[in-house]
Amino acid sequence: MYVGKKVTRVDAYDKVIGRTKYTDDLCDKSAYIARVVHSTIAHGRVVSIDTSEAEKIPGVVKVFTCFDLKEKHYFPTAGHPWSTDPGHQDVADRLVLTEEVRFYGDDIAAVVAEDEVSAAQAVRAVKVEYEEYPFVLDVQEAMKDGAPQIHEEYPNNILKHTSIRKGNYEEAIKEPGLTKIEGWYDTPTVQHCHIENFICYAEMEGDRITVVASTQIPHIVRRVVGQALGIAWGKVRIIKPYIGGGFGNKQDILYEPLCAWLCMQLGGHLVKLDVPREDTFVSNRVRHAIRSHIISWVRPDGTYAARKLEAYSDQGAYASHGHSIAAKGAGAFPQLYPCDNVEADAYTVFTNKSVAGAMRGYGIPQAMWAVECHTEDVAAKLHIDPVEFRRKNLMPVGYIDAFSKNELYDDTFNQCLDKAMETIDYKRKFKEYQNQTGDIRRGIGVAVFWYNTAVWPISLETSSCRMVLNQDGSLQVQLGETEIGQGADTAYTQMTADVLGVPLEDVHVVSCQDTDVTPFGTGAYASRQTYTAGFSIRQTALLLKERILKYAHELTRMPPYNLDIADGSIVRTTDGRKLMTLGELSTEALYSLTNSQHLSAESTAQIKSNAYSFGCTIAEVEVDIPMCKVKLIDIVNAHDAGTLINPALAEAQVHGGMSMGIGYGMSERLIFDKKTGRALNNNLLDYKLSTFMDHPRLKAVFAENTEPTSAFGTKALGEPPACSVAPAIRNAVYQATGVGVNDAPVNPHNLFRRFTEEGLI
Amino acid sequence: MSKQYKLVSCTINGKQVEKMVDVRASLTDMLRDDYRLTSVKKGCEVGECGACNVIIDGECFNSCIYLAVWAEGKEILTLEGLAGPNGEISDIQQAFIDEAAVQCGFCSPGFIMSAVEILEAKREFSDDEIRKLMSGHLCRCTGYENIFRAVKKTMLRRLGKEKEALEV
Amino acid sequence: MYDIKALYEAESIEHAVKLLAEHPEAQIIAGGSDVLVQMREGKRAGKELVSIYGLDEMRGVSFEADGAIRIGSLTSFSHITRDPIIKEHINVLGEAVDMVGGPQIRNIGTIGGNTCNGVTSADSASTLHAWDAVVELTGPNGVRRIPIHDFYIRAGVVDLRPGELQTAIIIPKASYEGYKGHYIKYAMRNAMDIATTGCSVNVKLSSDKMVMEDVRIAYGVAGPVPMRAPQAEEAAKGKTVSGGNVKAFAETVLKDINPRDSWRASKEFRQHIAVVLAERALRESIRLAGGVIDE
Repeated sequence: MYVGKKVTRVDAYDKVIGRTKYTDDLCDKSAYIARVVHSTIAHGRVVSIDTSEAEKIPGVVKVFTCFDLKEKHYFPTAGHPWSTDPGHQDVADRLVLTEEVRFYGDDIAAVVAEDEVSAAQAVRAVKVEYEEYPFVLDVQEAMKDGAPQIHEEYPNNILKHTSIRKGNYEEAIKEPGLTKIEGWYDTPTVQHCHIENFICYAEMEGDRITVVASTQIPHIVRRVVGQALGIAWGKVRIIKPYIGGGFGNKQDILYEPLCAWLCMQLGGHLVKLDVPREDTFVSNRVRHAIRSHIISWVRPDGTYAARKLEAYSDQGAYASHGHSIAAKGAGAFPQLYPCDNVEADAYTVFTNKSVAGAMRGYGIPQAMWAVECHTEDVAAKLHIDPVEFRRKNLMPVGYIDAFSKNELYDDTFNQCLDKAMETIDYKRKFKEYQNQTGDIRRGIGVAVFWYNTAVWPISLETSSCRMVLNQDGSLQVQLGETEIGQGADTAYTQMTADVLGVPLEDVHVVSCQDTDVTPFGTGAYASRQTYTAGFSIRQTALLLKERILKYAHELTRMPPYNLDIADGSIVRTTDGRKLMTLGELSTEALYSLTNSQHLSAESTAQIKSNAYSFGCTIAEVEVDIPMCKVKLIDIVNAHDAGTLINPALAEAQVHGGMSMGIGYGMSERLIFDKKTGRALNNNLLDYKLSTFMDHPRLKAVFAENTEPTSAFGTKALGEPPACSVAPAIRNAVYQATGVGVNDAPVNPHNLFRRFTEEGLI
Repeated sequence: MSKQYKLVSCTINGKQVEKMVDVRASLTDMLRDDYRLTSVKKGCEVGECGACNVIIDGECFNSCIYLAVWAEGKEILTLEGLAGPNGEISDIQQAFIDEAAVQCGFCSPGFIMSAVEILEAKREFSDDEIRKLMSGHLCRCTGYENIFRAVKKTMLRRLGKEKEALEV
Repeated sequence: MYDIKALYEAESIEHAVKLLAEHPEAQIIAGGSDVLVQMREGKRAGKELVSIYGLDEMRGVSFEADGAIRIGSLTSFSHITRDPIIKEHINVLGEAVDMVGGPQIRNIGTIGGNTCNGVTSADSASTLHAWDAVVELTGPNGVRRIPIHDFYIRAGVVDLRPGELQTAIIIPKASYEGYKGHYIKYAMRNAMDIATTGCSVNVKLSSDKMVMEDVRIAYGVAGPVPMRAPQAEEAAKGKTVSGGNVKAFAETVLKDINPRDSWRASKEFRQHIAVVLAERALRESIRLAGGVIDE
């Protein structure tokens, strides 16, 4: 059995010898180079574009502007499954090039040149005349009457507002003896910062167009390119090679439609669009900044009487994933700490800023920042131990969500808290760090998180798998679920080998996805790859096994129910005798003059379930008060991701998520100039990703409770590790100094402000 | 303007080579386009991410901000040059595999080359020194933890400290 | 591929001077870690470049006849840090340039480039200011030497005349003999960053280690160019080694410095940090010089 073992990644060898090919490595050098001309105002209309100087530059092929769009095919960009119900379709508000400018960095023209130097020169030589409108950058300002209106059809810029009501909040707060605790909690705009920027290239073959793209969602990209170009979806072929990280940014349609459109304008000539890092920050996607307001009414015994949340999610200029993010975050609020009387309102609001889309955690990192900072504040106000307070109020075992039917089967939270506390020696440190004085102080802090796997029942969950047996008994496996660095291909290999009974090395997962040949699948998001693919892998492998055993029956005359496949051989179960290898069977099946069969199987699984995936973070910090600096000393994440398919890769996933959480909690934020709306720090020097030197050793521990809804007992682990790190760090600083920083990140600027306010400096 | 080229002779991965190179080219451009050494990655093109890191005369450089013409007479090592003649990989590459230090793999070539320079020093660095020596690279997948393990373990093993390596 | 109009590679210092005279619009490129980045941004796009990167004669650290330390302008940060002369006599400079960017940047970045770009945040600059370094410039009219303080004219502009290049940085013997110093870089992360504020302090103690005979302090990012804090220095000179005197010195820096408000940091924040850094850097310098501060 391979599931549960620390199997080496199937792509590791190629990656360490430098042989793995990413998009740019595959593109022929004859490609024209496309560069996007971005708006230099935050809101307005393009009046005219003068391309004459740009087109004189030697090497420039052509400059296309928003006025060259003959037909306007508006398209959505969210990497969501399409909905056949128009009411549930994503908002189609993008054009490949736009006259209406809605943020500083909007796509108004594109240059195509023979080389990158000419392209860059041409971008600088394009002259644009604008009619400027007032703009708005703040989410709550944007909701006010009279604020600049960004999309006609959304009054007060509200893309969507949803409410959750449970019990009677207004009545419940009248209970005598309640303590009211209230706070505002803010998260910053951050960017995914995958090391490979988004890149794609397009070329025509006959009347069809092929786009090779660094994407998480090839099949969705095919549909949207078809929609954006107004051509039949079947005429679009998307190929996804290895990609250098995605983290949700590439779960959006980025420049595939524009690149395809440019290619088509140029008679199908190969066009490459390689996004510079500076543009990646501004003109791809960012994570929604969400401002939350929480009021809790707590009884003297530490139980909640009533709770209220208002969340304002900054969508930026276009709808992209839209309200799904804020809705997911708000949905966690009444569940994590169930309370009889809850009001929750989430607003997603347009602003004239970079477009927010999916990013690792999908609303949960923002929600957990608010909820877990607040939880700490409540515990402190009531003088209750922060861990005990959480244990008392957390979602109990047996909890069932009425909507998703998700159930908490196991005592996950307590198990995770126990494991994390033990790993980091929490109790001793927590006691030791009480009541410190002096300039340098230490603290330890806890935060838990809520997450659920996949998107059922909000939208479609489906997975297809194809298995083809080779002459030698090895097999190719294809899935629409994509390898984006997380190790999905390795997990699929392990699952297939186990169900079919073949050695690991005989399973070849086809990593590169090609919508012409790869079975349909919606791609990598919602921490769903291992969970959803598991169903179609198990189903397809069993189907193939049945066909193999049927053929084995014809060769051996043994009844199929007395046959099995083990270690790549047909085995008679009655006496364990090995009858033939799978290779021998397969060769015979293919080349038999009397009974030639091509043994393969393909099937689709529709998944109508979803699974909770919970855990926690404990962080230990040292705070240098006069320097306004926090040093992260130790950190542990504990997760219940069900059965671990591959513990080594699971641990690695957790490390990566923790690292993103460290950046989110301590240093990252994309800053926009209040006067112009321009991003000020859109490069890797000024945007503070935490470096090797900012990381302590990372610890990951697991409570492995097998998930009963799952094909392999597994559930989400891709996004959960990023969800509770930032508030744990904030809470550690709180223990050390008594100062809560409610605006993430806990960086020197925010610490200076808060320490000054609290009189520490 | 007429294009300006220069003959650049250098040693790449142990092999003496020369080619006419556009003087505007970065070393990344030359290695990727002229020699098809695609382990040299472009992540920022301003020397901030480290994905294009190569070893020149024993020291690490971000090839994106190094002019190709400066390679004249230099000895350059890229990730492609680490494996032996029969494809046998080096201990540090094996350690990256064994420690699951590779995820999307895009930053890996640059990291491995910095690790090579560290290991060539043949001395035992403290944990903080290792972090500092590797700090010219950004990785968004690993949190640096398994990369740290791979480098430290290989360093200790090369110094004959097998027992200590197991405790990393 | 960079937008370079033409590239001229100098084969000697004289050749570089000649090329610069022939191509007055040309930009000198040393290691390129600033010039190439700016070129890509479009700021210097389409320019001619005179590359001096190949001039090995401008690399290395040595003593001049009078005991001054001479650092060739093309010496990379990492080579400065590793140099035995630097380690023995002005270790703080090696430590300061060891905080520039990351390892690869320290291998390509040169001390000449770090000072010629005229930016206030350069990690070498505050230490060079604090040690009264002298800049050697070679041009069509020969060699001239000027104090580093005079070399910086305003933000991004240095006293580099037509046809001139910076060939060395010299630390006079009187500037380093008997001094011990410490540099603190304040940045938002521990690597790959530019200084929010950088502070370099050095001190010369009396033979009994009881008196601060001389104190020098310089900042990066406390004004448009790297700067000394003369009033603070005066406040400390001749004073006894004590916590109170160190604190008084640190608080006096606010009379000297003039940091600006920017999105990178507020003026108030930089002022606060400048005081903290002054105190900590002087304390450490005193410790390195063998002094003891009684609390």
